[in-house]
Amino acid sequence: MTDNTANTASDGPMLAADGTTLKSSLNRALRRQKLRALMLIAPLLIFVLLTFIAPIADMLFRSVENQIVSETLPRTTAALADWDATGDTAPPEPVFKDLYEDMFIAKERKLHTRLGSRLNYELTGVSSLFRKSGRKVEDMGEVYQDQFEDLNKFWKKGENWNVLMGTSSWLAAQNAWDKASKTAQPTLEIKPEIAALLPQTAQMFTLFAEFVQVDENDNLAKEDPWAIVYSALYDDLTAGANVAGYSGEGAAELQEAAAAVSSFETVDFTAAFTKIDKDWASVDVWRTLQVYSPEFTAGYFLNAVDMQKTIDGPEMRPENEQLYLKLFVRTLFMSLVITGSCILLGYPVGFILANLPARTANLLMILVLLPFWTSLLVRTSAWKVMLQQQGVVNDTLVWLGVVADDSRLALINNQTGTIIAMTHILLPFMILPLYSVMKTIPPSYLRAAKSLGATNWTAFWRVYFPQSVPGIGAGSILVFILSIGYYITPEIVGGTTGTFISNRIAYHISSSLNWGLAAALGAILLAVVLGLYWAYDRIVGIDNVKLGG
Amino acid sequence: MNTSSNDAAFVEFERVQKSYDGEALVVKDLNLSLPKGEFLTMLGPSGSGKTTCLMMLAGFETATHGDIRLDGKSINNIPPHKRGIGMVFQNYALFPHMTVAENLSFPLEVRKIGKSEREEKVKRALDMVQMGDFAGRRPAQLSGGQQQRIALSRALVFEPELVLMDEPLGALDKQLRETLQFEITNLAHDLGITTVYVTHDQTEALTMSDRVAVFDDGRIQQLAPPDQLYEAPENSFVAQFIGENNTLEGVVKEINNDRALVQLDGGGLIDAKPVNVSKVGERTRVSIRPERVEYNKDRLSADAHTLNAEVLEFIYMGDIFRTRLRVAGRDDFVIKTRNAPDQVRLKPGQQIEIGWLAEDCRALDA
Repeated sequence: MTDNTANTASDGPMLAADGTTLKSSLNRALRRQKLRALMLIAPLLIFVLLTFIAPIADMLFRSVENQIVSETLPRTTAALADWDATGDTAPPEPVFKDLYEDMFIAKERKLHTRLGSRLNYELTGVSSLFRKSGRKVEDMGEVYQDQFEDLNKFWKKGENWNVLMGTSSWLAAQNAWDKASKTAQPTLEIKPEIAALLPQTAQMFTLFAEFVQVDENDNLAKEDPWAIVYSALYDDLTAGANVAGYSGEGAAELQEAAAAVSSFETVDFTAAFTKIDKDWASVDVWRTLQVYSPEFTAGYFLNAVDMQKTIDGPEMRPENEQLYLKLFVRTLFMSLVITGSCILLGYPVGFILANLPARTANLLMILVLLPFWTSLLVRTSAWKVMLQQQGVVNDTLVWLGVVADDSRLALINNQTGTIIAMTHILLPFMILPLYSVMKTIPPSYLRAAKSLGATNWTAFWRVYFPQSVPGIGAGSILVFILSIGYYITPEIVGGTTGTFISNRIAYHISSSLNWGLAAALGAILLAVVLGLYWAYDRIVGIDNVKLGG
Repeated sequence: MNTSSNDAAFVEFERVQKSYDGEALVVKDLNLSLPKGEFLTMLGPSGSGKTTCLMMLAGFETATHGDIRLDGKSINNIPPHKRGIGMVFQNYALFPHMTVAENLSFPLEVRKIGKSEREEKVKRALDMVQMGDFAGRRPAQLSGGQQQRIALSRALVFEPELVLMDEPLGALDKQLRETLQFEITNLAHDLGITTVYVTHDQTEALTMSDRVAVFDDGRIQQLAPPDQLYEAPENSFVAQFIGENNTLEGVVKEINNDRALVQLDGGGLIDAKPVNVSKVGERTRVSIRPERVEYNKDRLSADAHTLNAEVLEFIYMGDIFRTRLRVAGRDDFVIKTRNAPDQVRLKPGQQIEIGWLAEDCRALDA
């Protein structure tokens, strides 16, 4: 190795006149140019990044993001990690107590309904369960609060709590603070000795203070603590906190409370939650909570391919709940049919256009482009008029006697309607590349083939057609990729059997608001398109695609 | 020269007319017949109708009027692919998506010839143009000259009796063109194929052909072997179009058998051979080749008329000297002399007398 490096040093890279390597001096010379070029494209680059790439990336990120569960129920999800989900019993009491605390905070912050909706995607009924529990969770811990307050009026007042928990310097600042001054409230500082003595209480009180001070911007001195602060204090005291060693403010009340807690009435959180809704006793809810505890989940993707996450791993959904795979297959199949029809209809048009004198060809080209100049909605709606049962097409067929009046064809609100309308709308995307490629095939090739003895058909098939394949390739890629993500036309003329996966994505974006699932479906669609593109490149070769010249 | 139908004729055009727009005739009353094995060139400026004639023969254009016969049978209603005529195109028209061998094999495949026979014929055809090593290449990987060779061998591989070539060497450089001219004529003669060759390059036409048909304005102006065409043009268009030529205009003063005396517009009397003039007083345009002009009095017959000339320019061209003179009021009179050791080099400003043999100076239509 060392010998090699020595060699490369002696007869190694070419040196420029000033002794630096030729490569680096060339790079330096080109840097200015590159920088200038970059500056020229910078506005567009920034625009595209900010308004296109970033939102799409963010949207796609939602397909795996699942922080809402662990953020809303941090203690419960942590406690659930040890729970054996394969059994048939609900988690033990401490988990329910954690759930009570999480739920209480979430309810105060009004986050529990959002989590309910999120988990409802995975298990129907969770949404109402959370809403119901949220309404009743406040009363649950008041048993402790009442007992503390009955014991001593000291516990009733928020300001007494501030004196007990906060440092004196903070207390002074807080008392001096005036809401009208519009300045920020001094952030609560817990006394170190209290934090050590009553860790749970300190934690809960900090959460409470943060909520009051930051979220609500109310004066902490005037707010009474949450019930969970009292239950935390009860826990700290029953856990044997050494209150005798504390001598600060409220020491007397603490010692009094410490002596009294052993005779306090206790709350059975399991029973309390089960009383709100017996679903809390069922393992299904808890399993769902545990399965969706991690910050990232494949759940949306599994959902998007008709699978679901269970404690035994992913498995197919029951037959009657399967939807998306069928839609994906239908989208691909119909896009293929549309692409095929576009080739069949567009090829002769492209051929005629390419072989007509320029004047006539331009006139015809305007007819081809005409659809581009009319609104997509207008064209699609026109098809609705044309294709309906009492529409122009059916009327004509009945008049011609091709179909009986009582058995008019169903041409719309099904796959036929979507295929007809989309073939029409996407046809120019096939004709244009075909035309521009055919335009470059000199007529002498056909003549040469015929002079060599080929019939018209052989000359076309063996000589002309192979040379027009790049045009077919370009047109097909355009039409296929456009149609695979088409939304508005299937929405209007597709009915139920002619809709695409994109319609489902739109539904999840705007109606069901399940953005994660929509993002997963979109990501799969993107992957399918890229996969097909890759396959096309491998089979046909992407340099065989020509849009012209 | 035989324009009427004749038993030996292999290809025949009889009273053929062609119009594209129904208003103007591109080809006017074309009569032409060529025997088997002949190499005939259609020569003419662009728009003269020569390519149209070729396309009618190949079957890509239909004659508006008249009859085209191949081997005695009218082919007016036979589609191109059944005519069995080989064709070489200006831009080669090699199929870009096929290899050289596939290109050559194509005419054999459509004729349903067996694989082994096909391969053998392709190999033979490629060897014929010294391109045997290029069978696996694509046309795009070949140079222009190589592509032209392939196009030629493709037109010959199915052994047609008639081959048409539409300016096949137009896109090549001079040296390559000359090599290929030679190769094409040799090949055509060796194989005994009848060839109709279209070009606007008169050198090509003269060097390659058995006979040349000079086209202008939709008509054949003259159909003759190259030497006759050059030395005995039948009208002033042919005289102008083929080779370099000096033209002087005047009026016939005297006609005596094969000798005419022409009074030039710019002054002076000259001897000429009457070609398109028959009576005294007719206007004529006389044509004399630059190399047939003589300024050495010793080499002219005693009774020859001469003209006074002033040397304007002397150009040394290596093998020849090209001297521009002012003769009978015209500044564009050119003489060419061979660069021989005893040759006099004229100097600008020098006054000389020029003359020629009467049969070299042709009195044509005005």
